[in-house]
This record gives sequence, structure tokens and C-alpha cells, in this order.
Amino acid sequence: MAAPDLRSEPAPAAPAPLPTGRGIELVLLAFAAVLVTGALVLVEANQEQELTRVLLFVGLAYLGLFTAAHFAVRRFAPYADPLILPCVALLNGLGLVMIHRLDLAEIDQALALGRDAPTELIGRQVAWTAIGLLLFVAVLWAVRDHRTLARYAYTAGFTGIALLALPGLLPSSLSEVNGAKIWIRLGPVSIQPGEFAKILLIIFFAAFLVQKRDLFSTAGRRFIGMELPRARDLAPLLLAWGMSVGVLVLESDLGTSLLFFGILLVLLYVATERVSWMLIGITFFLGGCVLAYHLFAHVRVRVQIWLDPFADFSGSGFQIGQALFGLGTGGVGGTGLGAGRPDLVPFAESDFMLSSLGEELGLIGLAAILVIYLVLITRGLRSALAVRDSFGKLLATGLAFGIALQIFIVAGGASKLIPLTGLTLPFLSYGGSSLVANYALVALLLRISHAARAPLPRRPAVPLPPIAEAGTELVERPR
Amino acid sequence: MPELVLQLTRAGFLALLWLFVLVALRVVRSDLYAASGLRALVPGGRTTTRTGRGRTARQLLVTQGALAGTRVSLDSRPILIGRADDSTLVLDDDYASTRHARIAMQGDEWYVEDLGSTNGTYLDRAKVTGPTRVPLGVPVRIGKTVIELRS
Repeated sequence: MAAPDLRSEPAPAAPAPLPTGRGIELVLLAFAAVLVTGALVLVEANQEQELTRVLLFVGLAYLGLFTAAHFAVRRFAPYADPLILPCVALLNGLGLVMIHRLDLAEIDQALALGRDAPTELIGRQVAWTAIGLLLFVAVLWAVRDHRTLARYAYTAGFTGIALLALPGLLPSSLSEVNGAKIWIRLGPVSIQPGEFAKILLIIFFAAFLVQKRDLFSTAGRRFIGMELPRARDLAPLLLAWGMSVGVLVLESDLGTSLLFFGILLVLLYVATERVSWMLIGITFFLGGCVLAYHLFAHVRVRVQIWLDPFADFSGSGFQIGQALFGLGTGGVGGTGLGAGRPDLVPFAESDFMLSSLGEELGLIGLAAILVIYLVLITRGLRSALAVRDSFGKLLATGLAFGIALQIFIVAGGASKLIPLTGLTLPFLSYGGSSLVANYALVALLLRISHAARAPLPRRPAVPLPPIAEAGTELVERPR
Repeated sequence: MPELVLQLTRAGFLALLWLFVLVALRVVRSDLYAASGLRALVPGGRTTTRTGRGRTARQLLVTQGALAGTRVSLDSRPILIGRADDSTLVLDDDYASTRHARIAMQGDEWYVEDLGSTNGTYLDRAKVTGPTRVPLGVPVRIGKTVIELRS
């Protein structure tokens, strides 16, 4: 199936409407739907030899949801980047396929042991996808101009920190799942407020840095060849930074605190272009690592598992050990969808989604997935480069880099490059909060890319006649 | 499922997955040509006057600022400079206006003209008030960006 490339024909010199890219987006979305449906059929054929109703339900829900999302983008952000939504759709679809595949394995196992079949996760994940896309459309509808977000910088910052701190303050019965106090449990649903706090804090950091950027680059004293900013300019920043990281450490959620630290460091670097920030940040990071290793027992355990997962294979190293065996079984080409045993890894559908995919799709498939993530991230960064206001630049950089760092932390953890920390793969892993929050994030990215690519209002992109032919004209004074 | 079918579907799915990636990368590639500062190269004006013209300017070089090193080939069409998306040279500069200046050819010479910018356009040290001739190699300063014409 070859998609027509709408922009490969030579662009006419005459004034033409700027390409919106919605056509290629629709083509790619259809392609993603074909891939996801194909994957579902393969999973069911390999697992059960017959097709079930779930296939129809998931396929139709997927098609309906993303068609609706496409038309919402057409309506609210017609010039948005054409690649972001299809990439997200494909990743989310592959996540749904894998969750369904793990459901089938769980049911098989329960039947073999004579137990009741466990609840299927796929229904909940489809529901979360629907909620996520609702929020996606709502954000596109509500945020007509991303610059308005800068006005709510401090509100966003305080809300973000409150959301982060809330699970730590609630009693453990309401907030603790599997040893991490990062949840709020409301009856059957539990949400992870940290995922939403991530976006709010990126908005705060971006707006704050834009306001104070001149201070960072002018005032300050020099110290061993580097210019250090004044303490009072930094205070709100350090406060927010310290609070978010501190709260997360107390809630023993190291992955998220690493994520926040990294995002803020990159935003500081992008805003000031000072290498000194990177050096200061890395020094802080190394110090923090040493401190955390000596202070917290669970960090020491994680590092021990990372150094040698097979020392205690049947105990603490079981999860990562099985994941590594899974990746090894998959090899280059994978076992085929539905033909592997990714269900042997505990939490295969959330923390270890990557190894499940790696086992069944192999290195080739996993590389494709990582390239799709890469496309998503580069499109975000490209919007950051192209958008004309500094706040939009920083916001898009923060959001795109946030996704990148999160993928690195998860993929590095699952493949034993770095110690394992509990984060989810955006869009692929099972988990409602992560999915919904990431859809809001993507909506913001689309909004910024729309601002970057849209022609200026009331000034159509008509090349002006050469100056020799032009008459006297009144030039509008910019605001 | 028979082993042969399993293997075929397995390979087919991976091939389709990579086809998606390649289509996406193709869109990325077509976008690269529209990158800021290089737009003058893209549309169909490549065949116009580029024969030897002695000491006329043939390219515009950004010497300072965020876009330093960017070259824009000149044909007879005017160059729009500013923060607007449809400018020939899109500046990302807090001190530049949306439509800041225009460099256009008249006869055999290039003239710079300020388009009512907030912070002004400077030819060498002098503020540009009306259309002013730009000799080769003389810096034109717009915000934090400095450009020169080169032969």
C-alpha cells in the first residue's frame, strides 16, 4: 500500500493555499488502522484458531475513535503536524493488541489451572483510550492559542505540585499500589496524578523561564569561567524543582523524579544556552544518585538487580530476568504475534510492554516502534523550532523531550541498560492515567504545531511583487 | 495455525510496520526542504539568471545570530526577512519584527528597505530609513542577526 505523497510534486510559484497535511494524516491513520486490525487477527489466529467478538469490538472502537480525533483536528487545528496523530494512533493500537494478547494468555492459564477467568484489561484500556481522546479534543477546543497557557503559569505550577503531593499525604489504603504511593484510588478506578502533574509543571517551567530569561542571561556573577545566575532569580525554580523531586522521592517513585529532573535541566539549557547548567545539573544528579543509594533500601535493591538479575533469579531478579529471556527468545525476527510467551513476565502489560513487544516482533519490530517514537519526538521538536513565540518553543521542547526521556528510562530499564524504574511507555503500556495525560500532551503539541505551520491571520502568504513594480503602500506597524 | 502461514504473516506484518515508518519518514523528508531559510531554493525559479554577472550578489549569507551560516541563493526575486512564517528568511529573534525588512533587486543592484520594524534595520552603522543600496560584503543588522551579500 503506497500512500500518495501530497507534497512531492513541485510547488507552484503562484500563491497557493499552504498544505495542511490533513490528507496525508488521514492516509496514515487508515494505514495504522489496517496494521492494528491485522495484528489483532494474527493474535487471535495464533492463540485460539478462531476470531472472537473482541476483535470486532476493538477494531470498530479504534476506527471510530481515531476518525473522530482526525475530524476534531481538521476542525480545531487544521494546520497541525500530519505525523503526530498517526504515530500516536499506531502506538496506541499496538498497545491494545498486546494487552488483548496478554489477556488471552491469562485466560488460558486460568482455565488450565481450573480458576475463574480474570477480568480482561482490554475493555478498560479501550475505555481509557476513549476518555483520552475526549480530553484530546477538549484540549484542542479549549486551548485555541497555546500562549494563553502562559497566563496560568503559577496556577499550573501549584496545581501540579499539589497533584504530586496528594498521594503522599493520603493514607496508604487510598494511595499505595505495589509499594509505590503514587496513586489515588476512587473505588474501581485508580489514577496516577503524577502523569498530569508532569504536563502542568512543564507549562509552569516554560512560562517561568520565558519571563525570567533575560535575568538568567544578563545578571549574575562569573565563577570559574561560567556565569551563575543570582539566587533570587532562581528561587521559585529551585523550589518547584526541589518540591517535585523531593515529593517523588518520599513517594518512592524514582522514575518520575528522574524524568522531572531531566526535563527541567533541558528546559534551562534551551532557554539560556548555557553549558554550565548541564554541568551543574549532572553534578546534582550524580550526587543525588549516591545519596539515594545510601539512603533508600529499595534503590539499593534496584541497583543490585540491575548489576546481576540472575543472582536471585527466582526472587527479586525474576521480572527483569524473564524479560531478558523474552527479548532473547524473540531474537531478530520475533516469534510472531500471539506465538510467544510474554505473559511469563510479571506486569508484562505495563512496565514490561517493551519486552513483550520485543519477544513477539523481534528486533526488527521493536526498532520500527522506536523509530515511530523518534518520528513523534522529532515532529514535536520541529514544531518547537518553527513556532514563533518563545513560550511555545520551550513548551513544545519540554513536552517532546519529556516523551523522549520517558521512553529512554523505560526502554533502558526493560533492557537492563539502566536500573529499572516504574514508568510506563507512553501510549503502549496499560494504564489509564498515562494514556489520558499523554493524549492531553499530544493535543498541546498539535496546537503548537498548528501555530507554527498556519499562515498568519489576515496576511495570506502571497509573495509580494518585486520592489520595482510595487506602488506606494502603507506598511502595518507590528504590535 | 500452520507453521508456514505463521512465518509468512510474521514477516508480512513486520514489512507492513516498516512500510508505515518509511511513509512517515518520506513526509518528514518532504518537510525538510521547506526548512526555514532555504525556501528560496525550493520553488521553480532555479532556471533563472545565474550566468556570470561580474560583481553582482549571488547569495545572501547570515554571519551572526541564531541562523548563522545559512545561505540563501539569490535570483531576481525579493527576499523578505522577519519572524513571519512566509518570509524567505524566517528569523527567530526577539528583536526582529514579524515583517522586518525586504532586500530586493532593482536594475543590477540590491536594495534593503525597512518594513516599519520596531527596532530598525542597520546597514553597517547607519539606520535604514528608505530603500538603500547594499554593496557586497557590507553587514546588514536586523535584531541580533547580521546578513551580508556575497558574490
